[in-house]
Amino acid sequence: MTTIVDRRLNPGDKSLPNRQRFLRRGKELIQKAVRDAVSKKNIPEILDGGAISIPKDGIDEPHIFRGPSGIRRGILPGNKEYVEGDILPRPEGGGGGDGGGSGSGAGKGESEDPFRFVLTREEFLKYFFEDLELPDLVTKELAEMHQEGFHRAGYTLTGSPGNLALNRTMRNAMARRLALHRPKSEAIKSLEIEMELTDDEERVAEIMYEIERLRSKQRRVPYLDPIDVRYRRLEEEFRPITRAVVFFLLDVSGSMSEHLKDLAKRFFMLYYVFLTTRYPHVEVVFIRHTDRAKEVDEETFFRDPESGGTEVSTALALMGEIIKERYPISEYNIYVAEASDGDNPERDGEKAILLLAELLPLVQYFAYLEVAEDERDFSHVSYLWKDYEDFCKSGVSAHAKKLAMRKVHEQTQIFPVFADLFKKKAQVTS
Amino acid sequence: MNMTQEGKLLFESAEWDFDTLRRIQEACEAIALPEFGLSVYPNQLEVVTTEQMLDAYASTGLPLFYKHWSFGKHFLYHDRLYRTGRKGLAYEMVINSSPCISYLMEENTATMQTLVIGHAAYGHNHFFKNNYLFKEWTDAEGILDYLEYAKGFIAQCEDLYGEREVERLLDAAHALMSHGVFRYKGKRRLDLRKEEKRAILRAQEAERNYNDLWEHTVPAAAAKSTTELQEQQRRSLLGLPEENILYFLEKKSPKLKVWQREILRIVRHVAQYFYPQSQTKIMNEGCATYVHYGIMERLHQRGQISDGNFQEFLISHTNVITQLPFNHEYFSGWNPYALGFAMMQDIERIVSGKDPLTGLPCTDEERQEHREWFPDIAEKGDVMGILRDAWANYRDESFISQFLSPRLMRNFRMFYLEDDPERTTGILVRKIHNEYGYRDIRHQFSTLHNVGHAIPSIEIVDVDLMGDRRLELQHKVVNGTYLYKNDLDRVLKHLADLWGYQVRLTEVDEGNGSRQHTSDPNNPPVF
Repeated sequence: MTTIVDRRLNPGDKSLPNRQRFLRRGKELIQKAVRDAVSKKNIPEILDGGAISIPKDGIDEPHIFRGPSGIRRGILPGNKEYVEGDILPRPEGGGGGDGGGSGSGAGKGESEDPFRFVLTREEFLKYFFEDLELPDLVTKELAEMHQEGFHRAGYTLTGSPGNLALNRTMRNAMARRLALHRPKSEAIKSLEIEMELTDDEERVAEIMYEIERLRSKQRRVPYLDPIDVRYRRLEEEFRPITRAVVFFLLDVSGSMSEHLKDLAKRFFMLYYVFLTTRYPHVEVVFIRHTDRAKEVDEETFFRDPESGGTEVSTALALMGEIIKERYPISEYNIYVAEASDGDNPERDGEKAILLLAELLPLVQYFAYLEVAEDERDFSHVSYLWKDYEDFCKSGVSAHAKKLAMRKVHEQTQIFPVFADLFKKKAQVTS
Repeated sequence: MNMTQEGKLLFESAEWDFDTLRRIQEACEAIALPEFGLSVYPNQLEVVTTEQMLDAYASTGLPLFYKHWSFGKHFLYHDRLYRTGRKGLAYEMVINSSPCISYLMEENTATMQTLVIGHAAYGHNHFFKNNYLFKEWTDAEGILDYLEYAKGFIAQCEDLYGEREVERLLDAAHALMSHGVFRYKGKRRLDLRKEEKRAILRAQEAERNYNDLWEHTVPAAAAKSTTELQEQQRRSLLGLPEENILYFLEKKSPKLKVWQREILRIVRHVAQYFYPQSQTKIMNEGCATYVHYGIMERLHQRGQISDGNFQEFLISHTNVITQLPFNHEYFSGWNPYALGFAMMQDIERIVSGKDPLTGLPCTDEERQEHREWFPDIAEKGDVMGILRDAWANYRDESFISQFLSPRLMRNFRMFYLEDDPERTTGILVRKIHNEYGYRDIRHQFSTLHNVGHAIPSIEIVDVDLMGDRRLELQHKVVNGTYLYKNDLDRVLKHLADLWGYQVRLTEVDEGNGSRQHTSDPNNPPVF
């Protein structure tokens, strides 16, 4: 009458549908929380998914209960000092006088904490990109950089002797020999011996006839026939490169304020996260430049103040070197995002364009983001913008379409501009 | 039975397998039934993983339940607490069903499994089967089938009418769940098996003539007759006043469709199923804790549990029955395990006249107090008989009022606080644990466990079917405590959606006038 059941083997994740319903329910709050979380995190941390907090009252379930007004009575344990008639101070925030078995007091206290829970990486990115309306931005050109190679792919009837598939050839030959009953040499041999030992003329004639028959069949059914021959077939292979590297070029000259750098950071982050959804492995190279360029770590990249003049070409040159040294284009997809206020001296422009023309064939995509304090700053065209624009229009490089340029002056524009950048790309390829 | 001989250890290490569990269960049963005289539903012990335990938490312990986002929320909440080590999982979870399902977590040691089996499979199980509230309001035999039906029905509705539609309806129903139970006098005992058949028949019938049944007859017929009837008669025709809001909506709401009524009914039944549990927390846990303690003690005496394992048990047991004082950093109210267990042991002491721990006879002073306060049971001898009677016939409120002894009030150092903002500048200590305070403390403690105290009493009092069809509700304000407005407004919004017309709740406080809250249905109407 007592049964013992092992439930451990039952399919798990019984709560998954409820989790999905909850996430859908709290979508707006979760999206906001994801956005907030992103602004606080380092770039690689974003990818871990991780805990987010959403305000509890957005997802609480209302029910009817009594408010804090009126007379409250309670029986509490642990009185060691008070006697009848004593007056205790009211505890701050209330709740202390209540405790006689009703749970509503405790329930109320909880609601002030935010509701924290853990999102998986996939969920996190889903909300992140849903927000951007970017889920379908998978452009072909972005992904399909191929590396050529050869791999074995079955057998073929023709080929060079070097690719002869000996085993397969011999197997075919044997099959054919068996199927067509090719006489074995041993059979002929034993007949010849028998012939020598026999005196019977009639028998000798019989054997000679037989030997002749077998020999002729042996000739008709050769040991190895051209139709048996097979060659190893090699196929050209197109394998997508699964590694990517992204270069972030940031202008940190004196004219770049914290606000501008923040805009750049947000943009870079989106760029990075987007790439990680496309490639399993993404490396990041941070290059900051004034009139000199330096490769730095992430912390320094965004935090350390530096000032000085501007020479974009130095960053481009350094990037070229790094690509040559560490990121062969046969193994890496190379992406670039550059942010600057465009305040590049005229004399440097020419140099930068030359470098750009060299670099563009190597990269998949080069996004240039011009940042400004407010819209009025865009009323005149910056030198760098003009140089890049002229370069694109001139048509000197077939790769010029890889260069995309946008202007941004406030945070809220980052998402749309980002989406727009990639959308535009999609139209070009389709 | 030869597996569970006296003097032979049931297990030696923390490890266990299914044979061990079987031996433990048989040994527990050999004590619980013949020695303690318990009467239980057949047991079903289920070994589960932590994740499955969290699942059970999230869906209020029920093994199968319909899908709703709030359960996902609860799962995430508990999951995080558990993973960050801020909260351990309960050792046990048990379902009031027949067979009575108890969950055993795979991480538990053999000693803990013994505790859990004693606690859940015999303690809670006996209480479920014998307590009058459970007998009256729940149907242990039918609940699992009914839940299966409910889950299927709601999933079907999601397919037919869309997940969002169903979710909105469930949100509204959940908001009113605390007011979806019958509290007094059984209308009739639930028979959930019949309930299921009835639902199917009703759905079939409804499909045949949906319009006839709901669109026209109900409001139209009622409206016609109200012209001649006095207000009183009109109310009684609608069955007003009615405290079960979900019931009233299910029967009388003019706008709901058949499937929506059925879902309200399901939510209402689930609420009713849990209703006795909220009223018997102290007794239920007290009974289960007393039983597991008794069983463990007997197993130890019989040499079936080693000293070391008994020590391990005592540590867990002591943790479970700890009552923190009110000024402790982690104080979070009364611990029903502590209070319940203390009261059960106290009854044992009063009935037997001996200290349950030491076995020594009580002092003359104590016996005098017992006789004075509990003349019916003092030193009557049959401890288990009297406990079984208490477990069967009381709920927390009446149990405290009958059995809370001066000695326990002293031990817990109970005091009676009153916060009346109009009369005192702080919180007044009205009574403490002395002979002037015992009766008041006990009375007040009992009142606090009255169902009407935890859940405000709200009734539907009138509907003006001739006019704007506004639904009138009333809250009787006690001690000047009004409802928490923020939540109330949101609940009323849900209510208005379900009703389809305006709703108005009046909070009536004798002497201090009344407050009114109104809410209109969403525009366009959700349902």
